[in-house]
Amino acid sequence: MDTSVENGSITRSDIPLRVISSSPEAILKAKKRTRLSFRQIRTETIFKKTLMIMGLIMIILVLGILLTLIVQSLPSIKALGPSYLWGKVWNPVSDVYGAWPFLLGTLLTSFLALAISIPFSISVAIFLGEYHPQGWLPNLLKDTVELIAAVPSVIYGFWGLAVLVPIVRDLETHIGVEPVGVGIFSSSLILAIMIIPYAASLGRSMINMVPSHLKEAAYALGATRWEVIRSVILPYTKSGLFAGILLSLGRALGETMAVTMVIGNTSLIPKNIFSPGNTMASVIANEFTEADKPVYLSALIELGLVLFLVTVVINMIGKKIIDRVTND
Amino acid sequence: MKFILPGFRGAFATAALVSACVFASVSMVSCGGGGNAGGADSTSAGSGDALIGAGSSFDNPLFSKLFSEYNKTNGLKVNYQSIGSGAGISQLTAKTVDFGASDAPMNGKQDSALTAPAIHIPVTAGAVVLSYNLPDIKDTLLLTPAVLADLFLGKITKWNDPAIAAANKGVKLPATPVVIAHRSDGSGTSNIFTTYLAKVSDEWNTKVGKGSAVNWPAGLGGKGNEGVAGLIKQTPGCIGYIELAFAVQNNMAYAKVQNKGGNFITPSIASVTAAANIQIPADTKVSLTNTEAADGYPISGFSWVIIYKDQKYNDRSLDRATKLLKLISWMIHDGQQFSSPLTYAPLSPAAVSAGDAVLKSATYDGKPILQ
Repeated sequence: MDTSVENGSITRSDIPLRVISSSPEAILKAKKRTRLSFRQIRTETIFKKTLMIMGLIMIILVLGILLTLIVQSLPSIKALGPSYLWGKVWNPVSDVYGAWPFLLGTLLTSFLALAISIPFSISVAIFLGEYHPQGWLPNLLKDTVELIAAVPSVIYGFWGLAVLVPIVRDLETHIGVEPVGVGIFSSSLILAIMIIPYAASLGRSMINMVPSHLKEAAYALGATRWEVIRSVILPYTKSGLFAGILLSLGRALGETMAVTMVIGNTSLIPKNIFSPGNTMASVIANEFTEADKPVYLSALIELGLVLFLVTVVINMIGKKIIDRVTND
Repeated sequence: MKFILPGFRGAFATAALVSACVFASVSMVSCGGGGNAGGADSTSAGSGDALIGAGSSFDNPLFSKLFSEYNKTNGLKVNYQSIGSGAGISQLTAKTVDFGASDAPMNGKQDSALTAPAIHIPVTAGAVVLSYNLPDIKDTLLLTPAVLADLFLGKITKWNDPAIAAANKGVKLPATPVVIAHRSDGSGTSNIFTTYLAKVSDEWNTKVGKGSAVNWPAGLGGKGNEGVAGLIKQTPGCIGYIELAFAVQNNMAYAKVQNKGGNFITPSIASVTAAANIQIPADTKVSLTNTEAADGYPISGFSWVIIYKDQKYNDRSLDRATKLLKLISWMIHDGQQFSSPLTYAPLSPAAVSAGDAVLKSATYDGKPILQ
């Protein structure tokens, strides 16, 4: 094998030659190895493709849902126009449909619920993430919070109707508003309980992930625990905490059953936070089965489209805020 | 190639499954615009031995009993899907069921969606009662049509209102605020109640109108009879409307309502049957609300079975059509004995004979089926 390159520094003869044994067993072994690597490459490609197809299906599904909503709500969009969004009357008898009372109800209940739940979820996250990551009490608390997310929403609705509503009614009697119990406020309370686990769990794992050298450096400089939380942990985890809150909000916007049971289901515009109202999701759940006119059915589907878009817009705004917070 | 191994085949199967899913979702999207009956092939009504019906949830307990009794004597299976009156009519329109059942006769828009004329046969009657939560009042509350309309219009806001007191002489009414409870879901019960209010109050007729879902001027909505009953039970001063059967089974207090003849009538099976003993038009599509009958309860209504007038469609056999008509005929005659124990009002003689006449008008390929 005289393949040395004249002007190069390395010649083929410098490389130690690998001795290939020519015994039949060895050849068989080599063939097997080749087959194996062939198979590995093939499996690798197929696995990669499967992952990609799975991902694509998700995109197709979401786009498909959006497309279905748009197509099905076309009759109502044609008949009612954009005034559907700010129309204040929802009257199936005279085919007048305005989504404003329900849009308002959805936003009011969701944001009120979020405001009520944030102190609880952040506290739980800090307690479990920083103060007591281990032990029987923190474990119990962690499991309990996770259980909150696992309880079916109809149970919350039932509990709300049986326990929470009478308490709210007493409160309303004391402060002098119409004492009906059910309404925006009761729904927000129920929703607040239901969405705590989302922000709390994400917040807890974020706080757990704060590098200990950062915290130890702060302690070494003489910082108190509160100062460490305020100046090290919260700034480090704010995008994660915010993402958790966003997740909670998404859950609150779409919750149907529990809200339907305690909101009072009226198409009138709520006068204050104690008034009965309605949300887009609960109107759809209530009226879909007996929508006996094409425009009525289509108006309900358009309500679904509006809910879909509201969720998308709020998520996009949330993403922007997270980006800004992370870049600062 | 020899080296296609189980692992690879598994992966291939996954890929195939995945592509099938993609196709399914794409085709779902593409036919999504076809309306609410999309994808329902017309063959299902013709296949299998069992008759298929769908519609009113109000009828469901009675129908379950009737169909199981009929199965014992005649061996015919009936599969009834309690999906709501409106949905039952859609299913009939799509020809996926043998019969639909509805608490409201088909309206003009629903009629025009049909490809062939349909006929209505009344099978039972129900009543809507006004249940209330006034723990201090021992006597039964009396309500006049005017008071009822003003309550639900939100014009009467206190229980000691002079209008209520005038109808309930000698009863000490509390100053509790009135809370109205209505159905939040579309329902035949709401349809009967709002039809009644529209008949007795011009203001209700122009401001609200009638329908299975209306724009309620006041009050709280509850989902289903149980939702409204829940609101009534736990809100002091609450009044709402529920089905008679539900109120009886749950021992709820309900009011006597003044009928057209001026009598205050307690809702009961007897007074509902009495309400139906009136002149019934040939197509039986009549509302029993505000009945002329002197001892009839004014807020009641028929529930109908709806079938196509000509039973020859989608390759249906004469045998299947005959079975269906015999079943309905049995329901309005012998089947009526099962109504009262389940708190449904048996049909009045007038309703049965009107139903018979409609059934005889049904044809198969132009020829009458029942003699």
